[in-house]
Amino acid sequence: MFRRRRPVEDFAAELESDLQLEIDRLQEEGMSADEARAAARRAFGNTTLATERFFESHRWRWWDQLTQDVRYAVRTLRKAPAFAAAAILTMAVGIGATTAIFSVVDATLLRPLPYPDPGQLVSVIDDLTGVGSRDVGLSQPEWLDLERSGIFEHISPAWYDENNLTGASRPTTVRLTIVAPNYFALLGVQPQLGRAFPPRDRNPGFTGDAVISDGMWQRGFGRDPNVLEKSIRLDTDLYRVIGVMPPDFRPPGLTPDERSVDVWAATSFYGPPLLMHPPRNVRNIPGAIARLAPGLTVAAAQVRVDALVAALRQEYPADYPAAAAWAVRLVPLRDRVMGGTRQPLLLLLGAVAVVLVIGSVNVANLLLARASARGRELAVREALGAGRARLVRQLLTESLVLSFAGAVSAVVVLFVAQGVLMRLVPAQLPRLHAITIDWAVLLFAFSAALLSGAIFGLVPALHAGRVDVIPALKHEGRGMTSSAGHATTRRLLVVAECALSLVLLVAAGLLVRSFWSLLHERLGFDPERVVTVRTRLPYPNDTSVDKYPTIAQEAPFVREVLRRVRALPGVDSVAVGSSDAIPLDPAQRILGLFPMLIEGRGTEATQAPLVDGTVVTPGYFELLGRTLVRGRLFTDFDSETAAGVAVINEAAARKFWPSEDPIGQHVKLSRSATAWTTIVGVVTDARTESLQDANVPVIYASAYQRSQKHLAIFLRGHIDVATAADRVREQVQAIDSTLPVFGAQALSETVSTSLSDRRFAIEAVGLFAVTALLLAAIGIYGVIAYLVSERTHEIGIRLALGADRRTILRAILGQGLGLVAAGLALGLVCAVIVSRLMSGLLYGVHPADPATFIVVAAALTLVGFCACYIPARRAIRIDPNLTLRN
Amino acid sequence: MSTKRREPLDLLQGTLDLLILRTLIFGPQHGHAIARAIKHTSDHELLVEHGALYPGLQRLEERRWITGKWGVSDNNRRARFYSLTALGRKQLAAETSKWKRLATAITRILESEPAEG
Repeated sequence: MFRRRRPVEDFAAELESDLQLEIDRLQEEGMSADEARAAARRAFGNTTLATERFFESHRWRWWDQLTQDVRYAVRTLRKAPAFAAAAILTMAVGIGATTAIFSVVDATLLRPLPYPDPGQLVSVIDDLTGVGSRDVGLSQPEWLDLERSGIFEHISPAWYDENNLTGASRPTTVRLTIVAPNYFALLGVQPQLGRAFPPRDRNPGFTGDAVISDGMWQRGFGRDPNVLEKSIRLDTDLYRVIGVMPPDFRPPGLTPDERSVDVWAATSFYGPPLLMHPPRNVRNIPGAIARLAPGLTVAAAQVRVDALVAALRQEYPADYPAAAAWAVRLVPLRDRVMGGTRQPLLLLLGAVAVVLVIGSVNVANLLLARASARGRELAVREALGAGRARLVRQLLTESLVLSFAGAVSAVVVLFVAQGVLMRLVPAQLPRLHAITIDWAVLLFAFSAALLSGAIFGLVPALHAGRVDVIPALKHEGRGMTSSAGHATTRRLLVVAECALSLVLLVAAGLLVRSFWSLLHERLGFDPERVVTVRTRLPYPNDTSVDKYPTIAQEAPFVREVLRRVRALPGVDSVAVGSSDAIPLDPAQRILGLFPMLIEGRGTEATQAPLVDGTVVTPGYFELLGRTLVRGRLFTDFDSETAAGVAVINEAAARKFWPSEDPIGQHVKLSRSATAWTTIVGVVTDARTESLQDANVPVIYASAYQRSQKHLAIFLRGHIDVATAADRVREQVQAIDSTLPVFGAQALSETVSTSLSDRRFAIEAVGLFAVTALLLAAIGIYGVIAYLVSERTHEIGIRLALGADRRTILRAILGQGLGLVAAGLALGLVCAVIVSRLMSGLLYGVHPADPATFIVVAAALTLVGFCACYIPARRAIRIDPNLTLRN
Repeated sequence: MSTKRREPLDLLQGTLDLLILRTLIFGPQHGHAIARAIKHTSDHELLVEHGALYPGLQRLEERRWITGKWGVSDNNRRARFYSLTALGRKQLAAETSKWKRLATAITRILESEPAEG
């Protein structure tokens, strides 16, 4: 039923005509025209209110009232530009910061991965919990077992690597992921051009096909539409380009490199260059992703995988010794990709939310002050017949207009400045490219404005709703309303502000302390004046074209590189190592894990613990300033023809030879090794693997004795980083013109980059904490100034009666600091809880670090003191004559 | 104009509808006349506020118990006249019997003798 309502005008006309009828009647009874009119009006009472009530039952009344209220609010605010500007700015800062962080949270934590049915995607991780090794990779037979299990619709290894791209003007490296042919079917993504790999292809070796990224199509082929007839040469093998992925396709991966792959090649993970029958216990596939069978949950799939693992362990006891406790873990792909970003992001979101709340509280305070000043205006409007609910709504509209103005300006600023802001976000953040100001973000800003506007508008509006008309009107000029109620509310707001800022400051303080302890940890190596440049030897699938099939070809190459680079001007010393020998480089995840079999321990090869392994030339330890504890370092005599030697760090010595001398001990560093390697030296622990942890066992093998394709060249001296790659490239390509040379970086820069996400968290939280402190200071100041102005008259009388100024000052300060103290007490309790929650982000500092708490509390007290002192001083300077006369 | 009177009674919640419907049973009336009729018939005990009357009329019209039409009054002035609909009559009958039961019940309680014992 939809019926047109009577227009208001019709209703008003009815009232008017009935009024006229009454006037006529009264005149007939003998009244004069004026008398009759007055009497009729009295009888009819408040006709405006009747019309108003009729109007309010109107369907669109809320809209009419809203536009009316908004228009009125804008007009009122325009009359108080300073107040409006302060309030809008505060809201813009709060909403802007919250929205900015939300856009990051939205892109990383909230939005599902950009593949069809992303909830079914999991990461498949193998652990050897028995020997304390996690994420050890899987073997080809294990992959096939999982594939045949029926648990997964698809399962595909994803083996990230770098490859040398040759044939173009200059050899470069490309980011490559080696996958099973069903990889793209698994992700559910189609190429924009050409086709993906045929998913059922199970022939041995590589398919010889390559799918390239949109970026690679652009860089390597200039978006040539005939790219599908072209070939590319990777590590000297020729690949047909069969497909180009769409521009917005980003593969899942743990590092920025893995997430911006250029080329995908497919293999069935057996056959040349891999073994025809890969053994079950050689887990050379670093990891796999899978799509669960339709309808299967991760938990249900895990149960079935556990059963499969148990069966396999029973079937192949030699490959799966009970002590190793092989297990397969399914982790939702999104959790795996987002991994460690969750906690810092939530902390940031919490921090900005606190800033927003403190900002809202400040605006509420400002509005309260205005409501006091406007008490008379409101009383007049109520006397004229405005309903109280309507007045409350009007004031609420005013605050909402403020918060929306703040939100709009914030979004505009974010939109304009998003390029600059994005540069502040650490590059390691997954799904960085997906951060945009989209509908979800706008909706968030809108809700933040609505919520904060409602919070800070409701308090003063409800107070105003309690206006007592008669006293407010009598109280000429001042129009003060229920000031006692106001004052209590404002005091509570200040307590809340202090508490919130304290929490934020403690969080920031703890992060800074952690950063400080990290910065001042002894690195155990000297990164100054060291530059690293990378190169890579090809690893062709076609072994017949391999120029570096064994160490016998590789060692002379490394020696020649050393000889040539050492001769470069400005170079004091030089060394070569595997790329994971570069300390603290987060990009070098192609890390070597050596199975380490210790002589005389009677352990099976399959049970060998995996140790972080690095390959280095003589001179490496000296160049990095690593200290030898016992034994000796590598020399040129530890060549490819000499007996195998290794150096370990103290952590490895502690872990594997707790009660023996490791020097002279024999180990095997691969499952296929026949000869023993002798430990010849122990070096001090250094924070090379992780800044947080110096206690990571590492074993070093000689680069003349163990093959390594990913190489890093270390140069110490006065070296210009900008030209280092070019100068080294000349030398390397003089030996082999097909080798790419790239990635020159100062080691000190690498170390500092490894701190970049921490630095971002500190800078952001610190900035928000300081903003919160400032806002809180303004809030305290405002309230104390207000309380003082309330008491001006009283203080004047006291002074006139001879009160000591200092006593008055103390009383006012006491009042203000009492609020601060209450806020501190409340804040300390909350801060203890919050700091415990964020303990995962801390390093070298206890969550309840007394120093941080004391310093922060003292700082907040000092700020509170200053904020109270200024208005208090003003109060006692009052000339009693002036106040008393007024 | 009038002798000293007692304060008029407040209308009980929900009785205004009943009074309006009852007043209209004698034929179409405009709003103000309804108010006056209630006042006179109740011997000045019940006073209908215009602020409540007109929205009340509106409400009844929306429920289709009465209909309003613009017409001309005895002295040739335009006025909006309300008349009962069939639905309104039914409603009046129901409300009247409900009200009588309520009134009897309340009267019974108010006039009951204290129980012995």
